[in-house]
Amino acid sequence: MGMTMTQKILAAHAGLASVKAGDLIEAKLDLVLGNDVTTPVAVKVFEETGFSEIFDRDKIAILLDHYTPCKDIKSAQLCKTSREFAKRFSITHFYDVGEVGIEHALLPEKGLVAPGEVIIGADSHTCTYGALGAFSTGVGSTDMAAGMASGENWFKVPAAIRVELTGKPGRWVSGKDVILHLIGKIGVDGALYRSLEFTGPGVAELSMDDRFTISNMAIEAGAKNGIFPVDEKTRAYVSGRVTRAWTAYEADPDAEYESTVEIDLGALQPTVSLPHLPSNTRVIDEVKGMAIDQVVIGSCTNGRISDMRSAAKLLKGRKVAPGIRCIVIPATQEISLQCLREGLTEIFLEAGCVFSVPTCGPCLGGHMGCLAEGERAVSTTNRNFVGRMGHTKSEVILASPAVAAASAVKGFLASPADLYEEE
Amino acid sequence: MVTGKVFKYGNNVDTDVIIPARYLNAPSPDELAKHCMEDIDPSFAAAPHNGDIMVGGWNFGCGSSREHAPVAIQASGIACVIAASFARIFYRNAINIGFPILECPEAAEAIQNGDTVSVDFATGVIRDETTGEDFQAVAFPPFIENIIAHGGLLPYLKARQKG
Repeated sequence: MGMTMTQKILAAHAGLASVKAGDLIEAKLDLVLGNDVTTPVAVKVFEETGFSEIFDRDKIAILLDHYTPCKDIKSAQLCKTSREFAKRFSITHFYDVGEVGIEHALLPEKGLVAPGEVIIGADSHTCTYGALGAFSTGVGSTDMAAGMASGENWFKVPAAIRVELTGKPGRWVSGKDVILHLIGKIGVDGALYRSLEFTGPGVAELSMDDRFTISNMAIEAGAKNGIFPVDEKTRAYVSGRVTRAWTAYEADPDAEYESTVEIDLGALQPTVSLPHLPSNTRVIDEVKGMAIDQVVIGSCTNGRISDMRSAAKLLKGRKVAPGIRCIVIPATQEISLQCLREGLTEIFLEAGCVFSVPTCGPCLGGHMGCLAEGERAVSTTNRNFVGRMGHTKSEVILASPAVAAASAVKGFLASPADLYEEE
Repeated sequence: MVTGKVFKYGNNVDTDVIIPARYLNAPSPDELAKHCMEDIDPSFAAAPHNGDIMVGGWNFGCGSSREHAPVAIQASGIACVIAASFARIFYRNAINIGFPILECPEAAEAIQNGDTVSVDFATGVIRDETTGEDFQAVAFPPFIENIIAHGGLLPYLKARQKG
C-alpha cells in the first residue's frame, strides 16, 4: 500500500522501507526547538535525569520570543535559564533580543527548516513548517529534552485527511480565511491525531506566506501536522536560505486517506472565528458591526511581510478609529526592517497604530496588549479560548490581517471590501 | 488501583484553562497547581485533591503544547484523567511525565460530577462506585506501556542508553 507525504518522511527518518498509520516508530530529528516558556522546563528534566551531553549543537534551536523583551522578573529568570543552557552547550541557533523573532516565522526565514526534514518543537505551532513540505509537530518539554539528548523521538504514524484545494482565492481572501474555513468545517478535533495533507491545483494559487498561515493552524483542528507539496514557490523560498541538501517527498498515487475535504478557494469569503473556539466560524458579512476595543496584527500565524502589506494597504492615509487600540507586531527583525524600507512603518504610525518589537506578547495574554474584563479584540492570532488574551471575561475574534485592519479603521468588526468601496 | 471523587468538565477543555499562560513564568509544580482550572472552576484549586479523579469529554487538553498543563493537574493531587479523547500533545506529555490518563468515551459520558470512581491501571477497568457501572478503557500499546513503566520518557531513554 502507498504512503502519504507525511508517512514517507517518517519512514525515511526511522530507517524503514515503509510505515502505515498507527505504527509506533522512533525517528531521527533534523531540528529540536524550544522557546523561553518551554525550554526551562526541558532543561530541568534534562538535568534531573542526569544527561550531560546534547546530540548535536547545530540541530537545536532556542528562541526567546514569548515574554521578551522580558516583561517581569520571573520571565527574566526563565530567559536566563535558557541563555545559560545555550551557552553551556554552545548551541549554534540561539536567538536572544536583538536577533530573535517569533520562532515559526524566524526558522523558515533563516533557512533552519527545509523540505523533507523532521522537526519537533516545544510549541504547538511548530506544525507551521509543513508549508515547506517538512514533517514538523508540536511536542512538550520532556519531548524537547529527549530530542536534545538523543536526536530521536517516538511518533505514532498518523492516518491522513486529504484537503483538495481548487480555484483561486478572491481579492480579500488569504491563507487565514482558508484555514479558519477548514477548521469551521471539520471542528477543533476534526483532524485529531491525523495529518492534514493539502493538495490539488489550488495549492499553486497560494503564496508561501499563505501556506505558512494554513499549516500553522493545523493544530487548531487537532492535527499532528499540516503539510503541502513542494513546488516552484517552495523552491524559490528555500533557495538562498537553505544551503544544505534536502529532499522533496511526494505522496504515492495509491496513498490511503481516511477522508477528503474539498475547498474551492474561489468560493471563500473573508472568515472569522467568534469566541471561544477557532471552529466557531462565520463569514464576515454575517457578523460585521460587532463592537471591539482592540486590534492585534501579528503573531506566528500572521506576522509576516505579506500580512504587514495587507494591513498597511487598508490603513494607508486612514486613521485608527477613536477608542480603538491597534497593535502591529512584525514577527522578525528582518520583517521589521522590510516594513521600514517599504514605508509600511510610517503608514502604521501615521494611522495611530503602535508598532512593536517582535514578540508573541498579546496572543497568549502575555504582555503588550492584555484585555480587561468585558473587552473584545479582533486579532490575527490563532486561539480565542476563554482568557487567552487576558481577563476570563474578555473575547477574541480571529481574523485575517485585512479584516483586522479594516476593523481598526471602522471601529467595529468590518469587511475590507466595504472599506475599499467607500473610496 | 485508585479510588477518588470525580471532578467533571466538558468537551475541548483547553490548556489555557487548565493553566493560563499568565502563570507560565513560574513553572514550579506547586505554583502551577494553585491556579489549575481557575478560569472555569475557581473552586478546584481551592480544595486539596488527594487521589481525586478528573473526567473530561472529547479533545481534552487541546491547544498549547505546554507540559505545564498535565504537570498542574498532577500537582493538584489528581490521580488520573479519564476522557472521551485527548488532544495529541497533551496525550504525549502525560505519558512522557508518567501521569496516568485513560481514554474511554463510555465512562466519560456516564460518570457524573461528584461520583466516586475507582480505576485499576493494570486492567484498564474503570468502576463508577456510585452507580456500580464498569467500563473498559482503551489499552496502551506495549511501546507506550514500556515508557510508562519506566516512569516517563527520560528515565526510559536513560535506561536504554545504559543498556
